[in-house]
Amino acid sequence: MTRRPHRFLRRAVLSLALPMLLFVLLVATGHAQSSAFDRPPAPVTNVALKDAPDDAGGAITISWTLSPDDAGGAMDVIGYDVRRSTSPDGPFQTVKSVPRGSSEAADETDLDSDVNYFYRVVVKDAKGEAPSVVAGPVQAKVQWFNLGRLNTLIATIIYITLLLYFIFHAKKGKKLFIRRLAGLDALDEAVGRATEMGKPILYVPGISQISDVATIASINILSGVARTVAEYNTRVIVPNYDPIVMTVAQEVVREGFLAAGKPDAYDEHDVFYVTTNQFAFVAAVDGIMVREKPATNLFIGMFFAESLILAETGASTGAIQIAGTDAVAQIPFFIAACDYTLIGEELYAASAYLSRAPLLLGSLKGQDWMKICLIGCIAVGVVTLLFGIESFRDFFETPLMIFRQ
Amino acid sequence: MTGMELFWTWVAAFLTLSIYSFLYKDNPFYKFAEHLVVGVSVGYIFTINWHQGLHPYLFNPLAASWEHPYNLLRVIPLILGLLFLLRISRKYNWLSRFTIALVMGIGCGTAIPPTIETRIIQQTKASMINIIDQPSLWAGFCAVTILVGTISTLIYFFFSKEHKGILGGTARLGIVFLMVGFGASFGYTVMARISLLIGRLNFLINDWVIGTWNFIAG
Repeated sequence: MTRRPHRFLRRAVLSLALPMLLFVLLVATGHAQSSAFDRPPAPVTNVALKDAPDDAGGAITISWTLSPDDAGGAMDVIGYDVRRSTSPDGPFQTVKSVPRGSSEAADETDLDSDVNYFYRVVVKDAKGEAPSVVAGPVQAKVQWFNLGRLNTLIATIIYITLLLYFIFHAKKGKKLFIRRLAGLDALDEAVGRATEMGKPILYVPGISQISDVATIASINILSGVARTVAEYNTRVIVPNYDPIVMTVAQEVVREGFLAAGKPDAYDEHDVFYVTTNQFAFVAAVDGIMVREKPATNLFIGMFFAESLILAETGASTGAIQIAGTDAVAQIPFFIAACDYTLIGEELYAASAYLSRAPLLLGSLKGQDWMKICLIGCIAVGVVTLLFGIESFRDFFETPLMIFRQ
Repeated sequence: MTGMELFWTWVAAFLTLSIYSFLYKDNPFYKFAEHLVVGVSVGYIFTINWHQGLHPYLFNPLAASWEHPYNLLRVIPLILGLLFLLRISRKYNWLSRFTIALVMGIGCGTAIPPTIETRIIQQTKASMINIIDQPSLWAGFCAVTILVGTISTLIYFFFSKEHKGILGGTARLGIVFLMVGFGASFGYTVMARISLLIGRLNFLINDWVIGTWNFIAG
């Protein structure tokens, strides 16, 4: 009888204690959850700084381990601010903002080379932000060598080796065969026609700058044309779009007349500057074509939207027209409106063929062998891909990655 | 439209029609427009070069060379530029060749690496296609076409041998590929030019004719 009250009391305590314990647990958990949303996010860790490779300075790569509230936890992170200072004590300024889930950013904002920079990564959510510890110092270094362009270097070395080899052979007097181009057969005919008709030849060296490969090839062809023109006692008119190209063209034409033994026949006013405005240049050249009525028009070099206007106007005057360009979009217009067209690389071949200079002949031979190398590379690349090997093809994209692997 | 806007619209329309009059034949209106556009463009280019080239990159830094003595190095390009002007002298025009040689050398040097990178390496890589592992029969056909087209076109531009026999046949296939490509490019570009013509006709009809009518009608 005496044990019954104790049993009753124990049951009563247990029946009250369990709900209370549950209540306390629920409150504690709820509090923990609400506090995770109320407090700022946990900061990022392991902030690492690295000078961006293969550049001319001016870039630093910052990486970090994501905030625990981004990778998991509250999952309410909005994004990260990368802040920079030249002192570890600040002040820090935001130089880059990246969205949640990002663990790397590149700072390319007004960085000076060889200056110490310090960074902190600030994680943000709706309630606030939390900065990381300060990382640094780091410097944006200038690299002398861009390893990402290693494939370009190798290709250039192979190309130059081939060129030098064939130039050396050409200079030793070895006869190098080059097939005749149809457009070049027409060139002598066109100059002769101009001489018979007593009319000038118009030579337009394109509307690009001297750094353009097509312009350089055009200048080489102009050299040969100037020599032929001087031999035939014909006049050549060379309107220019670029003043530097004009000065080079003047030199080349003068030397052409000199090589033909007729330096006095050269008139420097025939090689002149017009304007460096595309359609104003076209308007002027069109005017020259209808007023001077050249017997032959040569459009050789780099051309853009004006190609058809020039070629159509020339065709309407009844001139023989020979064009040559490596501007793929303009070749169709020249093919449609000119008598002969040097397509793409034929332009470069023409300059070698005309001059017969060992330097250019050797260069052309070197280019031909480079094409054989490229066809071989494509064949090897296709075969290796058939066997599932991608490293050969990838070397043409990112050789650096292969070496790093 | 204000009276001044109408005036300039008439000037633009007059110059547009003057240029188009060349379609009939060479005439004084065309000559006027031609000389005007050449003159204005040269003046414009000179102004651009002055404000965006000479002034910020040469004269301003030289003026500040008291504070930054290394700016005096810009005297070197100034001298090289002045050598160009010696072309007008019969006695000293040979000096301009130094500048020409420098410009040619820099031009070639800066042109070669990007040309090899973009026109050779990237295109060679793009031609290496797995012709079997393609998502469809059509994609496989396209891959084979790209491969055959690339190689046959390269062979067309091979100058060291006469195009006879197998080489000649492959080169002929290459020129077919080239012409198909040029045809597509021709059609595409003509469409773009037509859109330019439409833009100009739109100006003549809407801005000039209808604009003038609306101005007169009040």
